This record gives sequence, structure tokens and C-alpha cells, in this order.
Amino acid sequence: MTERIERRLAALKAQGRTALVPYVTAGDPSLATTVPLIHALVDAGADIVELGVPFSDPMADGPVIQRAAERALAQHVGLRDVIDVAREFRKRDDGTPLVLMGYLNPIEAMGTRAFVDAARAAGIDGLIVVDCPPEEMDALEPMLREAGIAPIFLIAPTTPEARIAAIAKLARGFVYYVSLKGVTGAAHLDVGDVRTHLATIRRHLSVPVGVGFGIRDAQSAQAIAAHADAVVIGARLVHEIETGPPAQAVERAAKWLGGIRRALDAVRKDAA
Amino acid sequence: MQMSEADSELRYDLPDARGHFGEYGGVFVAETLIRALDELNAGYARYRRDPEFVAELDDELVHYVGRPSPVYHARRWSEMLGGAQIWLKREDLNHTGAHKINNCMGQALLAKRLQKPRVIAETGAGQHGVATATVAARFGMECVVYMGSEDIERQAQNVYRMKLLGASVVPVESGSKTLKDALNEAMRDWVTNVDSTFYIIGTVAGPHPYPMMVRDFQSVIGRECLTQMPRDAGRDPDQVIACVGGGSNAMGIFHPYLDRPGVALVGVEAAGEGIASGRHAASLTAGRPGVLHGNRTYLLQDGNGQIMPTHSVSAGLDYPGVGPEHAYLKDSGRASYVSVTDDEALAAFHVLCRIEGIIPALESSHALAYAAKVAPTLARDRILLVCLSGRGDKDMHTVATRGKLDLAPAARKR
Repeated sequence: MTERIERRLAALKAQGRTALVPYVTAGDPSLATTVPLIHALVDAGADIVELGVPFSDPMADGPVIQRAAERALAQHVGLRDVIDVAREFRKRDDGTPLVLMGYLNPIEAMGTRAFVDAARAAGIDGLIVVDCPPEEMDALEPMLREAGIAPIFLIAPTTPEARIAAIAKLARGFVYYVSLKGVTGAAHLDVGDVRTHLATIRRHLSVPVGVGFGIRDAQSAQAIAAHADAVVIGARLVHEIETGPPAQAVERAAKWLGGIRRALDAVRKDAA
Repeated sequence: MQMSEADSELRYDLPDARGHFGEYGGVFVAETLIRALDELNAGYARYRRDPEFVAELDDELVHYVGRPSPVYHARRWSEMLGGAQIWLKREDLNHTGAHKINNCMGQALLAKRLQKPRVIAETGAGQHGVATATVAARFGMECVVYMGSEDIERQAQNVYRMKLLGASVVPVESGSKTLKDALNEAMRDWVTNVDSTFYIIGTVAGPHPYPMMVRDFQSVIGRECLTQMPRDAGRDPDQVIACVGGGSNAMGIFHPYLDRPGVALVGVEAAGEGIASGRHAASLTAGRPGVLHGNRTYLLQDGNGQIMPTHSVSAGLDYPGVGPEHAYLKDSGRASYVSVTDDEALAAFHVLCRIEGIIPALESSHALAYAAKVAPTLARDRILLVCLSGRGDKDMHTVATRGKLDLAPAARKR
């Protein structure tokens, strides 16, 4: 439900805290690990979890998340499995918002209607479709709205202001500002540039703004947290999962994310 | 770039402003690329009818590419088959040996006007990579070509040609290590370097405006045929036949004929080891609509919507999607799509070598193989126009490794 995202972000804002939003690919390192992994991330301080749907051709992702998708696909993890993960997670956690992130084709292959119904029933709160800009959302967006699932849109450094205004009309939950030109996991993050763009975005948007792509350590997370409502961390966390024995992947990921949580909480912001 | 001025009531004016051919096409890309595509769209809209642009392109096509390419009556082959007359549109005679350069020249001139000093491309067989490297050298642009590591192995000669021409060839190791993965990687490069870089897509696929723009640049093939066939063959062909991977040579030769209902249009896909084997690349024949590489079209995909590995003896047809306009033409019935196996294509390859003294590309050999099937069923006054989209020099290695199987029994008997 969109409300679960809104509630969580409003509460954090009231406390002057920045939301921590980790991304993991469902089925990496294995499907059985994914539910315990998400719980562990929440215990380590995640406020919202982005769950990646593996796709064979992840055009917008860098090598780290590509490899995660390949590991998941080697085990034939499909969209229905990802929805099952969400349903399983919800049995023990009713408060942490879950956002699916993926590409359009697996959704259409399942059937848009069937997907939206299953996602709602499983307690999924938001959806990011990387390769589906608002112009192509004619069918999906009204179904999501009706189901109370937030369509979460990306805004890039290249997005013109008029387009930001158009996206603002459809945005629910939060928007995801892609902090650099490039794929997930790329290196060069320019905080000054992010600050300028966020100021522009906030002129048009009432929903909170998350920032992702290129955040890789406590320092960059803190720098972004000074300006963003939420910090999204994907590739660097997935790197932690893939580096070392799969049996300890959950521990490694949770430990690393805990460090980021502490760094974020050291940033003081004015409570709203 | 004008439409045919045929005396027809059917006025074909697709795609719409957002790049849709019916339910196909569109713009399915990450947000970062939207502005670049809008700029490209505006740039193309501005220059496509600009007299100076059109004149420069025409001049390059004549003096650099070697256009117009002739239509050639394959008399001995037609006689051998004993039915319809087969005419070949000789795109194999273009500079760099295939139709690909028509599009690369158009896009390079556009890149120049849009002040992009760097061009990138994806390539499968290497023909589009070579054509891109060629125009980049011609205009002094930096050029990076993405190519699946598996294709690099099968097309070593074209890799060497690209390097000779000054391009960097980047091996792509992700996914199936073929054309689709090269396309993903080129997209990733473009997202990262969007300010300086022009992405020269090699086929009529990808996000709008690429399917339209590449079609327009390739339509020179069909426009020439509109005058050449009545002049040289006495009339329009009954059927126009072209191979379809992404489908750029086919769209190029089909498009000017779309509003001439008397001309049947037939696209020939790669059936590989047979459709039933599952090892093929026939997305229109055996696929379902979906979204990949920026557009909605027919795709070879599994039940989970994952894109499936493909197979064809010809690297240029080895692609799990197809241009969205072909998807539209299939559904609308204006064009029909058939498929031809590796073995059938190789047989046609050998026959053309021996009977007509023309070594065709393995891609084009698929169209030839279908013509060889259908010609004997038709009367001798029927005319088939086959797009001979490229020459086969690049395929020597593939053909030689299959050489133990002599696939030309028909030619031997004569």
C-alpha cells in the first residue's frame, strides 16, 4: 500500500532522520535466503526494502546487479517467486514497506492485471519499472493506483523541468532521483550537483525524494542524506552479498548495512 | 525521404508521434535516456527534410557508398528453378559489402549536425560495426563498437576490419554474449556518456525514433527498386522477399511498396535447426509480444518473460526480437513472415555461388532460400525481387567449417 510508504517516510521526517533503502535482487544468492536476508536488513536499520526482480536483459544495471540477476536466473527465479518472497516476508513484518524494482517484460509476461492483483495480495507497496517511463504507463498506472500500489518514478539529471512537473502529477510514495548519468553501481557521484537538482525537483514535488545510484560508503551516504529524504543503496550491497561464501551472505550484508545506518543517524537534520 | 507517390487510397503514415506502430514500438527506456531521445527526435525531425542534409546524404550515397545499387536478373538460377523470374537487389555491391552503410551514413551526418564527436554501435555479424567504423573514419569521429564475445569469435575478420578502421571493439561477456547483450552494453554506454555520444543503432528496433529513422535511411533500397524494376524488368515485382533479423534491409525494401497492394511482401526469419528444435531466431514466427531494447515487439521469451537464447548459422539474424514495424505488418497482414533453416540457407548460398557467380551473405541466403522454394510453384512470367542484403566474404569461415557436408546437390547435377 502506498500508505505504508507514506507513513514510514513521514515518521522518519518527523524524527529528522533519513530513510535507508537497501536493494537486493530476489533469488540472490538463493531464493531460500531472500526472506531471511530482508528481515536481517530491516533489523540492521532498513526503513524500506527494494526487491529486484531478475531479468535476462537488465539494460540500466551495471555489472554487479547484472551478475545478481544471472545468479537468480540460474535458479529460474521468476516474478511469481518474487511475489511469494514478499508474501512470506509480510507474515512477520507488517510495517516495513516493500518496493519491487524490475523491468516491464516479466510483468507483461505474467499479465499486468494478474501481477497487480497478486502484488496487492502479497503486501507489496510500490513498484519501480526501470524501462517504463510515464508515457508508456497508460495501462499499468491506473491499475496500480486502484490497487493502492505506488508507482515510483525515476528522475534523472537529464530530466527537464517540465517533465519533472508531469511526473509529479503521477508520483506516489516517493520519487527516485538517479544521482548520476550511468548504470547502477557506477562511481562518480557529485554531491553539489545532486543538491542543485534536488532543489529543482522539490519545487514540483510534494512526495519525498530518494537518491540512489553511486552511493557506496558511509561518507557518500552521509553527504546525500543531508539533502535527500531517503538514500537508496543497491550495487554496493549486492557486492557485499557476492563477495564471500553464500552461506554468510546474510550476515555480511546486514553488518555492512548496519554501518551505513549508524553513519546516517549521525547526520542531524531539522525535524519537520 | 518522400513517400511513394503511388496512386493508392492506402496512405501509410506510421509511426505516430510517440513512435507507435499500432500497439508496437514506443519508448521503453530508463529515464536518463529520455532527453537524449527527445533531442534525437527533434534533430531528426529538423533535418530529415532539410534540403542541405538530404543533398549531402544523397551525395555521400552516390560517391562514397556507390549507389544506386543495381537490380540483377538471376537468369540462370531462375531457369534452373523453372518458374518465376528472380531479380536480386544488389546491396552486396555497396561499400563495406552490405546495406548497413545506408543507415550509418544517414546517422553519421545527423551526429555531425547534433555535434556529437563520439559514436557507438552494437554489432552481431560485424557488418553494422564495420559500417559504423567506416563512417566514423570518414568523418573523423571516435568510434566504439560493442560485440558479444561469442560473435567476436565467429566473425574474426570483421573485428579486424573495424580495428583497421580505427574503432575500438569492446567484447561483451554478459548474458548470452551475442547481439542482444551487445545492445544492452551499448545502451549502458549511452546512458553514461549521453552528452558526447551518438548511438548509431543498426536495425529498425530500439526506442523511437530509431525504428522510423533507420527505416527511412534504408528506404533508399526500395525507392530505387520502384524505378529500376519497371525500367529493367518491365513492371513491379509480384513479391518482394527479404531476410529479417532486426529487419532493416527488409523494412528498407518493403516500405516504398507498402501502398502498392499488388506487391506481396515476405520476410524470411532464421529457423536455425528448425522451429520445433527450439534452436532458432524466428521471433515473428514463434514469439509473443513483449518489451525489450526500448520497444514493444515480438520476442522469443520464456513463460517468465525472460529473453531466450537464439540460434542461427548467420550471426546477423541471431536476435530474439524484431523491429516493431514488422510486428505491425505481420498483425495487419500487409506482410507475411516465413522461416528458413540453416541448412536451407546454406544450400541457397552454394547455389548462388555456382550458378550466378555471386557469394551472398548467410543472412541474405535465407531470403534466397525462400525464393528458391516458391519460384518453382509460380509461372515463368511472375517476378520475385529478393533483397541481396550483403556479400558473403565474412562468412567464409562458417561455410568452410560446415564444408564437409556438401549442401549443393542441385547445382552439382547440372
